[in-house]
Amino acid sequence: MSELTSNLMGRLTWDAIPYNEPILLWTFVAVALGGVGILAAVTYFRAWGVLWRDWITSIDHKKIGIMYIILGLVMLLRGFSDAIMMRAQQVLSFGNSMGFLPPHHYDQVFTAHGVIMIFFVAMPLVTGLMNFVVPLQIGARDVAFPFLNNFSFWMTAFGAGLVMMSLFVGEFARTGWLAYPPLSGILYSPDAGVDYYIWSLQIAGVGTLLSGINLIATIVKMRAPGMTLMKMPVFTWTALCTNVLIVAAFPVLTAVLALLSLDRYAGTDFFTNELGGNAMMYVNLIWIWGHPEVYILILPAFGVFSEVVSTFSGKRLFGYASMVYATIVITILSYLVWLHHFFTMGSGASVNAFFGITTMIISIPTGAKIFNWLFTMYRGRIRFEVPMLWTIGFMITFVIGGMTGVLLAVPPADFVLHNSLFLVAHFHNVIIGGVLFGMFAGINYWFPKAFGYKLDPFWGKCSFWLWVSGFWFAFMPLYVLGLMGVTRRLSHFDDPSLRIWFEIAAFGAGLIFLGIMSLIIQLVVSYRNRASLRDTTGDPWDGRTLEWSTSSPPPAYNFAFTPVVHDNDTWADMKKNGYVRPQRGFIPIHMPKNTGAGFIIAALSALGGFAMIWHMWLVACVALATMLTAVIVHTFNYKRDFHIPAEEVVRVEGIRTRMLASHV
Amino acid sequence: MSVGGGVVQYPDAGGAGHGHADAHGAGAVHFTLRGYVTGFLAAVTLTAIPFWLVMGRTFGSSGITAAVILAFAAVQIVVHMVYFLHMSPKSEGGWNLLALLFTVMLVVIALSGSLWVMYHLNHNMMPESMQNMHNMP
Repeated sequence: MSELTSNLMGRLTWDAIPYNEPILLWTFVAVALGGVGILAAVTYFRAWGVLWRDWITSIDHKKIGIMYIILGLVMLLRGFSDAIMMRAQQVLSFGNSMGFLPPHHYDQVFTAHGVIMIFFVAMPLVTGLMNFVVPLQIGARDVAFPFLNNFSFWMTAFGAGLVMMSLFVGEFARTGWLAYPPLSGILYSPDAGVDYYIWSLQIAGVGTLLSGINLIATIVKMRAPGMTLMKMPVFTWTALCTNVLIVAAFPVLTAVLALLSLDRYAGTDFFTNELGGNAMMYVNLIWIWGHPEVYILILPAFGVFSEVVSTFSGKRLFGYASMVYATIVITILSYLVWLHHFFTMGSGASVNAFFGITTMIISIPTGAKIFNWLFTMYRGRIRFEVPMLWTIGFMITFVIGGMTGVLLAVPPADFVLHNSLFLVAHFHNVIIGGVLFGMFAGINYWFPKAFGYKLDPFWGKCSFWLWVSGFWFAFMPLYVLGLMGVTRRLSHFDDPSLRIWFEIAAFGAGLIFLGIMSLIIQLVVSYRNRASLRDTTGDPWDGRTLEWSTSSPPPAYNFAFTPVVHDNDTWADMKKNGYVRPQRGFIPIHMPKNTGAGFIIAALSALGGFAMIWHMWLVACVALATMLTAVIVHTFNYKRDFHIPAEEVVRVEGIRTRMLASHV
Repeated sequence: MSVGGGVVQYPDAGGAGHGHADAHGAGAVHFTLRGYVTGFLAAVTLTAIPFWLVMGRTFGSSGITAAVILAFAAVQIVVHMVYFLHMSPKSEGGWNLLALLFTVMLVVIALSGSLWVMYHLNHNMMPESMQNMHNMP
């Protein structure tokens, strides 16, 4: 009997529920109440059917893109609560005061903050934008593998779910966001925290990898006729390079985490000091993934800025070819710099010099991009709409982050600054100032395309100014502290003279909080004023690429007729040459069909992951077997496609014709 | 391009997507029994020889044996790619070759880089004993 219990429940006991930690308890109460509220609302509005049929099982790339972005924004709230807790702790915990977070909790908070912000905020936002925009930009009707797309999303979402679960069942890793051994080994982290880390990343990683394959196939195979590689919009180019990086880099992460799990579960010695193992191999391998990951995040943001600058300057992008080549050069160079993350770990001068120099070289194509954007703006008729503001904020902020990056690339300087708050300030400088600003620019830019109405500009500007000033207040003090030698990940300080800098940083975090609130208010206000913000033309910004040629929101089939491309800025070219929208001759359109298989398989894999975390071997086996069965059953599903009848296309296009007429 | 007559073909959309690869012209593959038999025989031979090298202890040193086995493994990979994955410089309009070159480049960077880095890390570790301390750089 006891053996059955242990196979069923593993090491999960009531002790794993943190009911003696007031912060977690109240969070749980709030989350539970919120969850019940949402479930009640969905039931009240009888939305379960709609939710299941139109969203959860949807293989429409537009809806999947939107769901990715919602996931990213929700997880941003979680990651930011971690951030504000750390800022508050570091302000309070001076001298005799120990603050409100005990060290074991503080360590979980900074680990969860890093993991969530990279894997479950930045990645879903980036993947979501690429999913939504790329097929529209290349004139396709969906991605190459629509079912796989749905499955990828749910793997990512369930990975995020596992991380969230660690708040209330057991605990999260206390190792820092990359879980270096030996600290993450079984000897120093015997509890479930690191296992939560491993399994949530493995499950989400499958999703990321498959969506990478999917988007590469889409871009390579499904471009509209006439769109040669050098006529692709720059965002599509950056998406292609990012996905190539994903496909090449993520298997390394999977392999490293698999080796770490073998160390933890099977007693192997890959990353211990026994039997020839070497913990440094983990650091080496995880950064072979980790450095390309940085560019996976930033390249699509560069793509967004290219689109936004060109549109709001009313000009063709300056130096298109150099932009494309800079992107490709960054793609390749991103594989040659990984050692700069561990200069101080014992490498000799020749190794450090090599990786230091490659790191400095990578700033050249990035700098070229900045100049291309500036020259695009030069003599343009710039419209300072919200996406453009984010772009300008990015250029100013990111250049500073890039310069401190080149500074850190000098090995002797790195010996002084590594593991300090200077480093923390640097990577927040490039990730917030680059990736996050890019995502906000992209969301503001493509929101009317996705929902048919613009976002409210007033609250958008509030959000922008609060975020930008909040960022500068929050992270410039960290540069100062880092130069004074304060190391990262500390939950207590003795020297009271440091306190003022932490207070300024906390003030900045408060401004960022208001910026996030403004973003939420912006979404609500825009929804309420959607009638006056309505985009009837499908082209609210006088755009230049194909996504603006269809209606907002686009019909399920995106384009009634596949467009033919003659120029880089296809839509600008079409408008200039008096393009007339075809109004007859519609034919049935072949489309993929919704399926619940992706959701079910991903849910089963999350159950399997949860069982593995808690050593519930029986449950894990059953979950794995059920998952494989579901996969096999799905392969026998031959009803994967259908035709949208011509009458339906005529009806939808008729609505668009009337909408366009009402505008004029 | 997979757009023909206004109908987009989805590679995983059940029966509708099948066989559309042939429509491209560029990179159409021909599956022949002869190709598979050649590939199979080559693969078997390339597996049998290393097996014999180990079992028969043909070379005295295990280092040489390992190197020879690695060489056979590399050839084996090429055989699989050519005969079973039907890759050629022209398949998929050259994309396969490009992807292969990119992969090889990254694998070489990651492997040789890791070896170089790890060798250096160990070289500059603290010496195991006080006697070795004198030999530190």
